[in-house]
Amino acid sequence: MAIIKSQINTNSETFRSNSEVMQTLVQDLQAKVATIAQGGGVKSQERHLSRGKLLPRDRIKLLLDEGSPFLEFSQFAAYEVYEDNLPAGGVITGIGRIQGQECIVVANDATVKGGTYYPLTVKKHLRAQTIAAENNLPCVYLVDSGGAFLPRQDDVFPDKEHFGRIFFNQANMSAQGIPQIAVVMGSCTAGGAYVPAMSDESIIVKEQGTIFLAGPPLVKAATGEVVTAEELGGADVHCRTSGVADHYAQNDPHALQLARRCVSRLNRVKKPDIDHQPSIPPLYDVSEMGGVVPPDLKTPFDVREVIARTVDGSEFDEFKALYGTTLVCGFARIHGYPVGIVANNGILFSESAQKGAHFIELCAQRKIPLVFLQNIMGFMVGKKYEAGGIARHGAKMVTAVATAKVPKITIIIGGSFGAGNYGMCGRAYDPRFMFMWPNARISVMGGEQAAGVLSQIKRDAFEKQGTDWSAEDEGTFKQPIIDTYEQQGHPYFASARLWDDGIIAPSDTRQVLGMCLSASLNAPIEETKFGVFRM
Amino acid sequence: MSSKPATITKLLIANRGEIACRVMRTAQANGIPCVAVYSSADEHAPHVKMADEAIFIGPAPAKDSYLLPDKIINAAKITGANAIHPGYGFLSENADFAQQCENNNIIFVGPPVAAIKAMGSKSAAKSIMETAAVPLVPGYHGATQTAELLLAESHKIGFPVLLKATAGGGGKGMRIVWKEAEFDEALAAAKREALAGFADDTMLVEKYLTQPRHVEIQVFCDSHNNGVYLFERDCSIQRRHQKVIEEAPAPAFSNELRSAMGDAALKAASAIGYVGAGTVEFLLDIDGSFYFMEMNTRLQVEHPVTELITGQDLVDWQLQVAAGHPLPLQQNELTISGHAIEARIYAEDPDNEFLPATGTIHYLQPPQTSQYIRIDTGIAEGDEISVYYDPMISKLITWDTTREKAIARMQTALSDYHIAGLKTNIPFLKRLVDQPEFGRAELETSFIEKHEQQLFGTKDQRHSKPHYLEHCAILLAIHHYLCLQKSRPYANSRDDASPWNAVDNWQLNQSPSFSCTLVYQEDVYEVNITTNADHPAGFLSATCGDYLLEAKASLADSGLLVSQLTKSQEVEAHQQQYSIHHGHYHRGQTSSSKTDQLTLFRDCDALVFTLQSQDHESFSEAEEGNLTAPMNGTIVTVFVAVDQTVKAGDSLLVLEAMKMEHTIRAPSDGTVKEVYYKAGDLVDEGSELLAFDSTADGDSEGDKE
Repeated sequence: MAIIKSQINTNSETFRSNSEVMQTLVQDLQAKVATIAQGGGVKSQERHLSRGKLLPRDRIKLLLDEGSPFLEFSQFAAYEVYEDNLPAGGVITGIGRIQGQECIVVANDATVKGGTYYPLTVKKHLRAQTIAAENNLPCVYLVDSGGAFLPRQDDVFPDKEHFGRIFFNQANMSAQGIPQIAVVMGSCTAGGAYVPAMSDESIIVKEQGTIFLAGPPLVKAATGEVVTAEELGGADVHCRTSGVADHYAQNDPHALQLARRCVSRLNRVKKPDIDHQPSIPPLYDVSEMGGVVPPDLKTPFDVREVIARTVDGSEFDEFKALYGTTLVCGFARIHGYPVGIVANNGILFSESAQKGAHFIELCAQRKIPLVFLQNIMGFMVGKKYEAGGIARHGAKMVTAVATAKVPKITIIIGGSFGAGNYGMCGRAYDPRFMFMWPNARISVMGGEQAAGVLSQIKRDAFEKQGTDWSAEDEGTFKQPIIDTYEQQGHPYFASARLWDDGIIAPSDTRQVLGMCLSASLNAPIEETKFGVFRM
Repeated sequence: MSSKPATITKLLIANRGEIACRVMRTAQANGIPCVAVYSSADEHAPHVKMADEAIFIGPAPAKDSYLLPDKIINAAKITGANAIHPGYGFLSENADFAQQCENNNIIFVGPPVAAIKAMGSKSAAKSIMETAAVPLVPGYHGATQTAELLLAESHKIGFPVLLKATAGGGGKGMRIVWKEAEFDEALAAAKREALAGFADDTMLVEKYLTQPRHVEIQVFCDSHNNGVYLFERDCSIQRRHQKVIEEAPAPAFSNELRSAMGDAALKAASAIGYVGAGTVEFLLDIDGSFYFMEMNTRLQVEHPVTELITGQDLVDWQLQVAAGHPLPLQQNELTISGHAIEARIYAEDPDNEFLPATGTIHYLQPPQTSQYIRIDTGIAEGDEISVYYDPMISKLITWDTTREKAIARMQTALSDYHIAGLKTNIPFLKRLVDQPEFGRAELETSFIEKHEQQLFGTKDQRHSKPHYLEHCAILLAIHHYLCLQKSRPYANSRDDASPWNAVDNWQLNQSPSFSCTLVYQEDVYEVNITTNADHPAGFLSATCGDYLLEAKASLADSGLLVSQLTKSQEVEAHQQQYSIHHGHYHRGQTSSSKTDQLTLFRDCDALVFTLQSQDHESFSEAEEGNLTAPMNGTIVTVFVAVDQTVKAGDSLLVLEAMKMEHTIRAPSDGTVKEVYYKAGDLVDEGSELLAFDSTADGDSEGDKE
């Protein structure tokens, strides 16, 4: 195996200043996550606790194996999206180990707007289910939600990827043999009632959990019947009379214990069909990762420095190292799992796109998971390149990426612009997992380019009219465009809208990739059938 | 007993526990095959394993097994044992049993039947001793009961005197009279009490010893009219008339006193034609006068201290004498070398009136034995201390050239004696031998009562040391954390290198922290452990409440090695090793639930914390039907019948365990469906006592609608 020799001097001024800039970004990220982890705030949490309920993050801790890692998704969901503050989108999702089995956990946070579903709450819940379905992971739902957020019902209820999809997914996952377990720890009203009802097994907490299609106010309005929530849909009703719930829990810890017991009886064995070797740490410390990356996306850097701090023993066998050099492809291991790495080292040319397509074919053929390290300004433009068929070559890579059935994991480590995003397995290409670094940016093109394109069109129009357009006016015109692109391309903005699965510190890249790879191997790797490659 | 030498070809030991093992050790060393007898409770006991043959003699209660002479004799006949060693307790001083041995031509390793009989009755023994001119506590035991005569007798004895109802007991009808002026009133009160208590106001008067010591002489006689004494033992440290610490020789005991008491003891033995090992117990007054109390016609529990100072094997002597051989040594050949102390290790709770403790010894790590440290035991790790027998775990005996050194060895040995699973008296013994008054040999039979304050009162002081328990909880949490890292209980063997196998509570964008909850008695300790980047590699930072410990920790052989980060810059870390036992116990026999108990051995204390673990079922899905025995015991009363409806809190039955009554109450309103036991039944901890149907959930009302 070839070992990457780092060219970076960790004592250099550049390394130090790069590290500092990244450190600031990471600190801001962690501070924001710390606030988000507080859920609906101290008062709301106190009220929740006073009812004898556990906070959602504590519930997860008790549900998971003692000491289990927890890979949380979409921590920034709904961040600064709505007028209402909706930390984590009101629902916590992630992967953790239960009885030695990686499981998807979806936990409503009742301290955030009563756990009601805003549009992005729905999107986050559905995304967690997608991860479960793609990776064959059992789902445990810790339900404590008032159901759809009624004022926004138009964005929550009717469409395909809306509330109803949750139950569609439950039914179909169950059909695929992916266990669905619900723990009713609070209200579970209307559509929400179907979460436990559609589950394979359900647990309900005495005097806390309620399940009903219509709550007491609606019942009174509809039929005049006066009934308490407990009488209408409490644990006793559902465990003794209706049969809607299967297990009766005395309290939250008991319920979580029962959920663990359910998981222990799933009779599932994870059989990773892969050449798995012992894990060796990289030669270079993962904590150096921040210093590798220049603060300005326009400053190029060698992506091998990132790979050296990600893969086992910093060992990386490059494929076509001398051809199409703006795309780095090669084989390595992460936490012992074999991977094919596709990483940008500049803009994509025809050669690099063809090389990428070839490499993806290799990995798909050999059933080796793919890791994309995205830092792409786009495909090369210009007469020469169009004439050389760059669209055709780019299409090959896009086709290969789109149809490869091996687990694909994408990390955006810098820019993610234009068709480069497609070729490098952006969100639309169904990577099993996708994370961004805090320095990354994502948009159809860079803000300056977009402003340049738009001002060029405007200048053309002015010139047609014979009007003069001053450089000053052009600057005034361009700045808001640049600002908007900057804001909308920011990871917080992207993550808030679930364009990725979360933002990670560069130093966590190896850890997160290892977890994702391991989780993805719960599902057998399918045979790939590629589409027509335009030759 | 025949004086013609015989050969013991096979020895049956009619006992269990440490003494059975002790006897076998010598017998087997002499090439004598040994036969053990055992009850159903002792099937896997060390004495059974150690024996060459073992015979089952019946159910666990001693009255149905170890106390049945027929079964023992029969066992000897079956195995062809021609001698029986009775040990101590059980049948050791039972004249009928000795007689049956004789009738069956089996050598009884003990005194002749007549000697046992003679010493069997305390009052008869005293009159024999009086005749033999062995000093008795001066007193008047006559029938004439006039106040004048009793007063005159008191004068004769000398004040203070003790007035005691002859029919009395338990301190009733008993008065200490310090001087003549108090006499009339005290007598009237004692008589009144005696009359009310026992309908008999006959009084005896005895000299009252203010600070008596219990000193006993080990005697040995053979069937050739030889007798020697193997010096004395001081057994003054007693609680509730049971010896706790014994030592030899007695401190501050002159050679004159030694030979005077020794001669008196031999006189006592020869008065009853004694053969074998015996102990003559005396009360030693502060002025050096001593009085006969009783004679024990067996090998004593505390015989090892005598063995260690004389270098003799008393069991070997017993076997030789029993076989008709003369004593191995003459009096002038016996010498005292050094000092020996014995402490009796019991499963009991000294802070709760020495209530015996029962349960399984989950962890047993005794100190290393050597020429200085001897341990006599019949208990191994995993054995159970049951309700059926004496809860003694072992005898710890230390020896050295001087008393001070022997005490120091005892202190260390007690600190190194680690037992988990049940309460023991080890911390109490350590406090006892740590007492300066013990060091100064200020011994007396009321030593423990006198120093009650220091011996029992320290528990709260100890635990009120700032952050003591927090510190302990943190140590145990770190131990648990490190064990988890090592054992990785949920790791997937098919996915070996998976980062999911880690147990560090890693979480995205938040610092990983490991937390666990420990419960000490009723108090809950939440410990949080983080790996701190500011510290040198491998250092952990652990918090419990507002208490912080920063340390480097690693697992050691039987615990945890901790290098605590110190505030001073010169010393980087203060290193200490802690012994910890982590037990994963099934509670009771009928329940599948387990508890994790962590025992920290510290300052001679065994602090037991329970780990709150997510999978240990502390709940039942519905509350009904979980009425189990809290401990091994006997059902005293059953208050309810089948189909009886009861209210929450109603008494259902009473269970007696360890002399305490526990009332089992209805957990809610409901109906008794079945009662599984009746009064007098023995139950094991965790056994379900009755089936109960709760109606408290309120759907009975719903059903009516």
